[in-house]
Amino acid sequence: MSSEMVAEYEVSHGKAKAFYERYERKDELQHQTHFCPGCGHGQTHKMLAKAIDELGIQDRTILVGPVGCGVFTYYYYDVGNISAAHGRATAVATGVKRSRPESIVIDYQGDGDLAAIGSAEILHAANRGEHITVIFVNNAIYSMTGGQLAPTTLLGQKTATSPEGRSAANEGYPLHVCELLATLEAPVYIERVSLGDNKQIMQAARAIKKAMENQVRGLGFSLIEVLSPCPTLFKMTPVEAQHWVRDVMEKTFPLGVFRDRTKEAQPRALPDAAPALDRIPQILGVASEDLPEGNPAVHDETGADLNLAVRVAGFGGQGVLLLGEVLAEAGLDAGLEVSWLPSYGPEMRSGTSNCHVRLSRRVIDSPMVTNPNVLVAMNEPALRKFVKSVPAGGWILYNGEEFPADCEQPGVQVLARPFTEIADALGNARAGNMVMMGALLEMTGVLRDVNIDAALKRLVKNPRWTELNRRAIERGRELMRESRL
Amino acid sequence: MANAEKQDRGQLRVDVEECKGCGLCVEACPPKVIALGERLNHYGYRTAAYKGTGCTGCGICFMACPEPGAITVLRVVNRVREVQAVSVGASECASS
Repeated sequence: MSSEMVAEYEVSHGKAKAFYERYERKDELQHQTHFCPGCGHGQTHKMLAKAIDELGIQDRTILVGPVGCGVFTYYYYDVGNISAAHGRATAVATGVKRSRPESIVIDYQGDGDLAAIGSAEILHAANRGEHITVIFVNNAIYSMTGGQLAPTTLLGQKTATSPEGRSAANEGYPLHVCELLATLEAPVYIERVSLGDNKQIMQAARAIKKAMENQVRGLGFSLIEVLSPCPTLFKMTPVEAQHWVRDVMEKTFPLGVFRDRTKEAQPRALPDAAPALDRIPQILGVASEDLPEGNPAVHDETGADLNLAVRVAGFGGQGVLLLGEVLAEAGLDAGLEVSWLPSYGPEMRSGTSNCHVRLSRRVIDSPMVTNPNVLVAMNEPALRKFVKSVPAGGWILYNGEEFPADCEQPGVQVLARPFTEIADALGNARAGNMVMMGALLEMTGVLRDVNIDAALKRLVKNPRWTELNRRAIERGRELMRESRL
Repeated sequence: MANAEKQDRGQLRVDVEECKGCGLCVEACPPKVIALGERLNHYGYRTAAYKGTGCTGCGICFMACPEPGAITVLRVVNRVREVQAVSVGASECASS
């Protein structure tokens, strides 16, 4: 027996584990990204994935994707993924990191997303020193939408919306995000790197890893700006575009470290985990006997599937929103799925006001009520505004002596009463909304008085209203019963 | 030992279905052992191809490539292996 040196090969640079094996995108193209040949997003994606692999954080990484060419992060990264509205990735990342402090939250944005529509979000997140890592890919142009001028477009650079080249007089100067954020106190690490040549690419990979490490160590806000080629919209070959980034773009956006407080920054202890669900009533100071219980025996005379869609409309001050809220709270108390969506103008009083309420046994898809099966119209303008939206089989409760003849519709039942006057006779005109709700409850038959009482107890704190509200609701029920005789 | 010295330090694999033929690896490769091939792939790209020898396994082409898995770089590892002086079959007989 003897020994011998045998040459074997091992993979030293291969596809990162943080990427999916195949991407759940267009059938034929699941083995490659959607990026154009030579796109800097691809390189940046790989650096990020490599850093995730090397730091061993794949199972606790949450990536917030942008709007722009980088939008499909969720196709590629096998981590937690969230897609944010345009420019709002930083705000979303803030929320995620605060609610899940143990996770590693990466905010990935382009220059159109971060430096234009999202400029306020990034500024304030940096100023608050949010413990997130921002990867900011700057290619000096809006790429996904077809090459319009971005805040980062260079002076003289021709784009679809600056065909003569960017002029300072007309479009202002390129926005320097790193320099801007480096004026703030809170950020821990800010560096601008580039993809212009091999050396720069290696430095970019190091910077991205450092920015990720900072978060793992709990140091604070890190941002890496990556100057990146867009061969398609620069109208260059990938190699030309790469050289342009190095030779031209860097003159406007100098590379370097703009902030490094990683040595002096104190690692943050993880904030306390969110309290267990059963502790929340105690924290909120709500006694557990007040809590609604899932009530399997919802009072429903018909036994049919419940889908109550109510539009309540009137003037501000008439109790429009409160009526809707009580209805929704009572539904909650009865163990139903509910939604309540207020809609009102800037005026607090005397403007128009309306709200959408849904009660259902199934999950509610949208809180919008476009075609209510019950319209509660507290005055004539509200009636006229929404009367056409009530389909046949629906109900209209109208606060008025007489229902306008031209508002009558085939198949739509109407109860028109002077509810405000009726409430006034009971003790206070402001309880008109409760009289109308009594009529509504009687008509639909889905909620019990005990549910309504529980809701009123939570929403109307002042006890002097309790008795009046009860009488008002009962009067409303009577009115509905009488109308059916 | 002599066998290992003849080997290149690295090797390169290109997934011709993932490669988009951007040519950044060709530009990046220090020993210039990558070129764009003659044949078009399924999607009409002239994809990167290893010239066959001279790879140092540095991995720069992998970093320059925008596609996650289009390029795989392998590096040599020299292992000491016990090699039987006699044929395998004979040694098995002897040990049993």
